[in-house]
Amino acid sequence: MSATIEKPKEITILFAGDSGDGIQLTGTQFTDTNALFGNDLSTFPNFPAEIRAPQGTLAGVSGFQLHFGSIEIFTPGDECDALVVMNAAALKANLKSLKKGGIIIANTDGFDPKNLRLAKIDSGVSALEDGSLSDYKVYPIEVTKLTKECLKDSGLGQKDIDRTKNMFVLGYVLWMFDRSLDPTLKYLSDKFKKKPEIVDANSKVLRAGYNFGDTTETPTTRFSVDKAQMGKGTYRNIMGNEAAAIGLVAAAQRSGLELFYGSYPITPASDILHELAKHKNFGVKTFQAEDEIAAVASAIGASFGGALGITASSGPGIALKGEAIGLALMLELPLVIVNVQRGGPSTGLPTKTEQADLLQAIYGRNGEAPVAVVAAATPADCFKMAYEACRLAVQHMTPVFFLSDGYLANGAEPWRFPTADELPAFKGNFATSADAAEEGENYRPYERDENLVRKWAIPGTLGLEHRVGGIEKQDGTGNISYDPDNHQHMVNTRAQKISNIANNIPLQDIELGAAKGKVLILGWGSTFGAIKGATKELIEDGHSVSHAHARYLFPFPKNFEEVLRNFETVLIPEMNMGQLNMMIRSQYLIPTVALNKVKGIPFSKNEIKDKVLEILK
Amino acid sequence: MAEVLNGELTAKDFETDQEVRWCPGCGDYSILKQVQKVIPELGVKRENVVFISGIGCSSRFPYYMNTYGMHSIHGRAPAVVSGLKATNPDLSVWMITGDGDALSIGGNHLIHMLRRNFNINILLFNNQIYGLTKGQYSPTSEEGKTTKSTPMGSLDHPFNPAALCLGADSTFYARTMDRDPIHLRDVLSRANAHKGTSMVEIYQNCNVFNDGAFFGMTDKETKGNQTLFVEHGKPLVFGATKEFGIKLDGFTPVIVNMNSASENELWIHDETDRTKANLLVRFYQDPSLEGNFPRPFGVFYTEERACYEDLLVNQVETAKSKFGEGDLNALLRGKSTWTIN
Repeated sequence: MSATIEKPKEITILFAGDSGDGIQLTGTQFTDTNALFGNDLSTFPNFPAEIRAPQGTLAGVSGFQLHFGSIEIFTPGDECDALVVMNAAALKANLKSLKKGGIIIANTDGFDPKNLRLAKIDSGVSALEDGSLSDYKVYPIEVTKLTKECLKDSGLGQKDIDRTKNMFVLGYVLWMFDRSLDPTLKYLSDKFKKKPEIVDANSKVLRAGYNFGDTTETPTTRFSVDKAQMGKGTYRNIMGNEAAAIGLVAAAQRSGLELFYGSYPITPASDILHELAKHKNFGVKTFQAEDEIAAVASAIGASFGGALGITASSGPGIALKGEAIGLALMLELPLVIVNVQRGGPSTGLPTKTEQADLLQAIYGRNGEAPVAVVAAATPADCFKMAYEACRLAVQHMTPVFFLSDGYLANGAEPWRFPTADELPAFKGNFATSADAAEEGENYRPYERDENLVRKWAIPGTLGLEHRVGGIEKQDGTGNISYDPDNHQHMVNTRAQKISNIANNIPLQDIELGAAKGKVLILGWGSTFGAIKGATKELIEDGHSVSHAHARYLFPFPKNFEEVLRNFETVLIPEMNMGQLNMMIRSQYLIPTVALNKVKGIPFSKNEIKDKVLEILK
Repeated sequence: MAEVLNGELTAKDFETDQEVRWCPGCGDYSILKQVQKVIPELGVKRENVVFISGIGCSSRFPYYMNTYGMHSIHGRAPAVVSGLKATNPDLSVWMITGDGDALSIGGNHLIHMLRRNFNINILLFNNQIYGLTKGQYSPTSEEGKTTKSTPMGSLDHPFNPAALCLGADSTFYARTMDRDPIHLRDVLSRANAHKGTSMVEIYQNCNVFNDGAFFGMTDKETKGNQTLFVEHGKPLVFGATKEFGIKLDGFTPVIVNMNSASENELWIHDETDRTKANLLVRFYQDPSLEGNFPRPFGVFYTEERACYEDLLVNQVETAKSKFGEGDLNALLRGKSTWTIN
């Protein structure tokens, strides 16, 4: 008898185990396989801050959640259909997110008395044996033992053999969900090109896992999710930080500017540095500075010299960069500041997600210090908004914040990527020697165009010698000025200059639903998927609900207020205590409703739906 | 505007129309004047010269130089310079800083600048006091210094800037003073000629908040005994009539009277000798006190070491030759794709 194949529209699966179990790799490989197959998908990796947290403990559990389907997928999924656990702690920590009737694939070798003790299971009895999992379909597999058996003649040491056990699980899961081994086999042979014995061992274990499912057929049901009906085009799978990095490179390429990236390692922003460091053949210069302040200051130095200066960090690092961002604003030089937000305040929750740095980006400097702020909505959107941040910084000679967060940074989704030609080219307005002053006169670095933007006058250009600095300056000449009226004028001018950016960004659109109605759910950043998913279901249920997502947060698009005023209620869900909410209320006097959550994990679709239904009651 | 050829410019061409606002009598005036004199002699085009400073009295310097300039924020000039130089290796970059800016708030950046060895010149105006904030002790003020913030005397042990810089593997370290214009110009030329981070500490008198801090080393009557001007290949001699010499007894420097010693036994200054340079930087006790060593001036140490910006450019070139010029479409496409028709 062969297993029957069911065809669900969507599956949510969570891989969980020790942070050293290779869970992230297993999840990523399964994701890539489904992406290549043609599913729509969304992922959520969730790992501890410690690199190697104590083995077998609850604190050490690393998770990777994947939601894939033949329908449009908005979030990594609220509840799981399947849970893959490598040990007792992983099961204990994640059972609550499994649907009743869901599947548990468990490595029984991770449920020995020691594992039970480490997972603080006081009874000392494994859940696999005490009957407590009777509501679920449990597939216990002796993964560690079977892997050892499989590689007993490989000549590999015990440690190397142990490291391949995630491939057994992956093979089994690929069998259960009717997916090909090929993408993983190719990945292994590329990754360990120089170590054929490792390629062989992992491939063998992967196949063994697949065959184990096929021959034992313990589960009588397999699942096969059809391809999604996505728009025509060529897709790739992409994570947020990678998308951001590529967006920065693309912006440099399409503007003809040299990309300089000054950064200090910090979770969860470091991957952008790692990615950019691989692309030196694009002329990218990465600089791992001695601290956060040096990172931003070096980017300012690069911009002063005519390069596209970029710095990145997460909240604590952004706090350190504040004074220098103010300098860039006074110098009126392009600067892109990437903030991959994480749980705060202080060190906070380094590996968890939050969007509580919005007000820091918009207001977090001394003095009247406006800068532009944009934010990405999804992992792939990080590409577009990082690109936009560069475009605005160069066209308006100003610092621009690009906000991402931990969830976007490490989350993945299919991306219908553009070609280079489809990306709007832009260029710096460089002053030339033709702009030099008459003999005996000085060059005027702060002459402005109709948008109040000055020219980019870079060292090395004959006749444009001039001095800039953080002290208040006279408009036009740039000479130091303490004149009261001049200061008022300059503060007004800098504010107006940023306001003018509203003329150079798209109007606010409605993502889903009617342009007028009862409830508008206004989001920004990574709440996108949960809000869109919730809105879709509410509309299907006949409710008057729409979704708008703000990508340009300072200044707002010109029609922003008008869009909001077309609804009886504006609901603003945020992973903070109400920051966009505060801005909308103070700027437009609209009595918005806030929905706030700061738990280090994203909103679920249902949390948003419930709130809307409460409003509609 | 017509191109100005090298050698046609004079000190006057490097003055700006801005009123110089240092206190009358400040040592900074002398340094500004000597820099304006030296720069035209260096064979660098004016448009390629950039002065970058932090915050403090000395950091107003860029406003008075008719070149490109940036008055940045407190302590961060080294980082600004690093980014500028990494992307514009051909510029002649001069960093202006003070003892507070470089050694206190910007201490971290300074040591990293030195180890990376960007090809720039640093002029550290050391007046052993905070001037712009009106008279608090600085990280080079002597122990027990009575100031507004330390009415009972400072508790801080001061930095020895020379030892600090050598400790950070500086590839060029020299000391000079505002009141010796010829020596100052000579050191500036040497600093400019060195490829790497050239660190020049300039003793500068703050006549308002710390007047006379270095008078012992600058006044005619005392300077002979309190200063030691070192020159490469020359023996270490000092005193009004060069009546004293310094020799090495093992690794211990000893002062000898030239009446009873011959030049052959003396320590011969060798700018490339790191071991000796490390002894020289320790001549840091109060030179006015009996038995102490005189304070050395001149180029202590210099070595050739690859500059960060050159290494960075090399990496970019290597990447291009290894992987080919970046192809944006290939980058956008990534490693694996699928197509929906």
